[in-house]
Amino acid sequence: MIRPTARNITEDEYFFGHKACAGCGGSLAVRIALKVLGERAVAVLPAGCMSAVGFNFPQLCFANNAMISTFAGTASMMTGVEAGLRARGERDYQIVGFAGDGGTADIGIQALSGAIDRNDDMIYICYDNEAYMNTGTQKSSLTPFGASTTTTPVGGKIRGNVSGKKNMFEIVAAHGIPYAATANVGYIEDYMMKVRKASEIRGMKYIHVLAPCPTGWGIRPEEMIEYARMATDCGLWPLAEYDGGEFRLSRGMGDPSILRNYIKGQKRFRHLSDQDIGHIESMRDARWEKIGGSWKVPGRDRP
Amino acid sequence: MNHSFISGNEAFAHGVMLASPAVISAYPITPQTTVVECLSQMVADGVLDSEFIYVESEHSAMSCAMGASSTGVRTFTATSSQGLLYMAECLPYAAGGRFPIVMMNANRSVALPWNIYGDQRDSLSQLDCGWIQAYAQDAQESLDLALMSYRIAERRDVSTPFMVNLDGFHLTHTYEVVDIPDREQADEFLPPYSTENRIDFDTPRNLCFSAGPDHNTAFKLSEHAGISRSRKAVAETEEEFLAVFGRRYTGLTEEYMCADAEFILITLGSISGLCRDVVCSLRKSGVKAGLLRLRYMRPFPAEEISRTVAGAKSVCVLEKDISFGFAGTVFINVCAALQNAGICVPTLNKIGGLGGRDITEEDIRDAFGDMAEGKTGIGFIGMGGSGV
Amino acid sequence: MSALRPCLRSTVPEWKNGEFPDSTAYEAGYLVHRNSGWRNRRPVIEPELCTGCLQCYLYCPDGTILKKDGKVSVDYDFCKGCGICAGICVHGAIRMEAERQ
Repeated sequence: MIRPTARNITEDEYFFGHKACAGCGGSLAVRIALKVLGERAVAVLPAGCMSAVGFNFPQLCFANNAMISTFAGTASMMTGVEAGLRARGERDYQIVGFAGDGGTADIGIQALSGAIDRNDDMIYICYDNEAYMNTGTQKSSLTPFGASTTTTPVGGKIRGNVSGKKNMFEIVAAHGIPYAATANVGYIEDYMMKVRKASEIRGMKYIHVLAPCPTGWGIRPEEMIEYARMATDCGLWPLAEYDGGEFRLSRGMGDPSILRNYIKGQKRFRHLSDQDIGHIESMRDARWEKIGGSWKVPGRDRP
Repeated sequence: MNHSFISGNEAFAHGVMLASPAVISAYPITPQTTVVECLSQMVADGVLDSEFIYVESEHSAMSCAMGASSTGVRTFTATSSQGLLYMAECLPYAAGGRFPIVMMNANRSVALPWNIYGDQRDSLSQLDCGWIQAYAQDAQESLDLALMSYRIAERRDVSTPFMVNLDGFHLTHTYEVVDIPDREQADEFLPPYSTENRIDFDTPRNLCFSAGPDHNTAFKLSEHAGISRSRKAVAETEEEFLAVFGRRYTGLTEEYMCADAEFILITLGSISGLCRDVVCSLRKSGVKAGLLRLRYMRPFPAEEISRTVAGAKSVCVLEKDISFGFAGTVFINVCAALQNAGICVPTLNKIGGLGGRDITEEDIRDAFGDMAEGKTGIGFIGMGGSGV
Repeated sequence: MSALRPCLRSTVPEWKNGEFPDSTAYEAGYLVHRNSGWRNRRPVIEPELCTGCLQCYLYCPDGTILKKDGKVSVDYDFCKGCGICAGICVHGAIRMEAERQ
């Protein structure tokens, strides 16, 4: 595999001129994946931020073949496109889906599960901005514990989201998928490498990329990459791969102590008490304990 | 051509096989199952070269069909009842995307109460979703509609998805002798599908996009124009069909003894056969009875109905459907057509066959009797004439 | 050969006089609006400080950083002024300046 870099990646832009908010992590995830995949990628996007900002006729922002699917039907429409192109004798194409966290972990999970079960040859990318941002920041099942959204507001009785993030990466892996990965727009070369790797594996691939939303998270647009990196560095968003039936961590935890800065800097978490933050830390630590016990870790021969 | 003793579902499956869709996606539901089982077997036996996609829901069945259709290949799916409603979001999507998908719907009652038997509330609830809707009367017509539906739907001036309805169990599971056309004949009749509404690597497209207030009406007008042009396409396709197969169909409606009829029963689907027998028998006893079978509900045969009914003394619509809080959907449509044409005739609506309840010869005779008495309004068959 | 990307067109379909579209499929990458009006700050490149590391190019959510002679330039028609490029540049070669109306 040739590792994609800023130098060798195409200068073509396939997602351009869109109306995403300034500093949008999701649009970066779509843009970069399409640059890695190239002009023979067919993109399927359900109702959500990226379709809303990219397909307003006559402002059509994809240079490659691209289409909107129903909200629940990303993976099944991808399956149809893949089968149709194969039936008409095409070769060397990539079917790629870009669905948000709600489109993936909530309304689209049935179709996604079906496509993994059939092992259709395509790449499903979940750009996770941790809430229904297109409709104004409502809670999804990938909204983290404590986050204030417009449907999990902070009140006198309940203070933000009381449930945690659904573990999509391991749910997908439990299907026995050929390749799955977590990624982060803040570590773009790692993401590019995972997209390239996925494109070279036959069958179903899933990449879950954390893509901060300045509007919904309550950070400044120019801070988007900084917060994306902090999510991974503080251990809340581990980067990993599931490949050949094995989990492998892409990088170790950076500095666990910056979790507090990560939380405190975002408007959606501003109401959290020290006790709440302590709870988030203990959930993180429990997860890392599990990771350390069963996943391959860089620099270590065995778990 | 060969004669086979097969069910309505099997007949339809043979029609689909002759159309050779590149992609079939389906999810099982009674009483649709035997059509997809039959097609699966054909694929397994190698007599049908289709990608058969075993999807996880009807919503996915139609999403998958749309995805495949967006690549410019022929597609098929089939469903029924709850399944049709589960995929309902995708129906206007396919029509708006101008994807000429063909779907067989086995007409079945809609829960609650749960019921697997036939009525037409499933498909009639989806009249406004932009699909052509045809209703078969028998197994032969089912097979023939499978072939004709592709020809009509895929015409560039139409580009509209097509739902063929077969009455659950009454038609899907009853056996009849059916002429199965030869492959050569089918190929002569049905040209390969070709479209520019597709993913293209030489001239890439953005498809299924949003269109705001400035442009939305243009797309909707286009959609309306396409399905409206299918009136002409049905007539022309039936001429082509006659030339190749020697079987004649009569457009959006089929008349039986309507020319001089005073009392005309309007209905659709498999009950038409029994209605025809009753008309025949009434004629022998001097009653000027007639039957108008609606073969299509969309495009709606407004002109045909108005023309046929113009000289009648009374009209009754017999249907396996009720639009709760008003009247039967077919009746509502018929009344609108008559009103638009300025035809003033007493109209009666008989609701029957819900959840598979039998509609007897006597029930049909009663409908003619009520017409002769000048009755109007709505009545539920077998419920003491109550129309609430 | 210049790179492929969606580009501005001079015509917008109007469909007057009884014309209407065939389908919801249209030429890919058909742009009719710029995004420059969104901006209240603009990134300014200091060419002498730019090392051509291309991190800004990679991280721009809008693809508006262009490679140019081993360094970079900005497509001001589509830059929204988010400032990610300035933040990512470890060489201090990009500064954000207030847009003057």
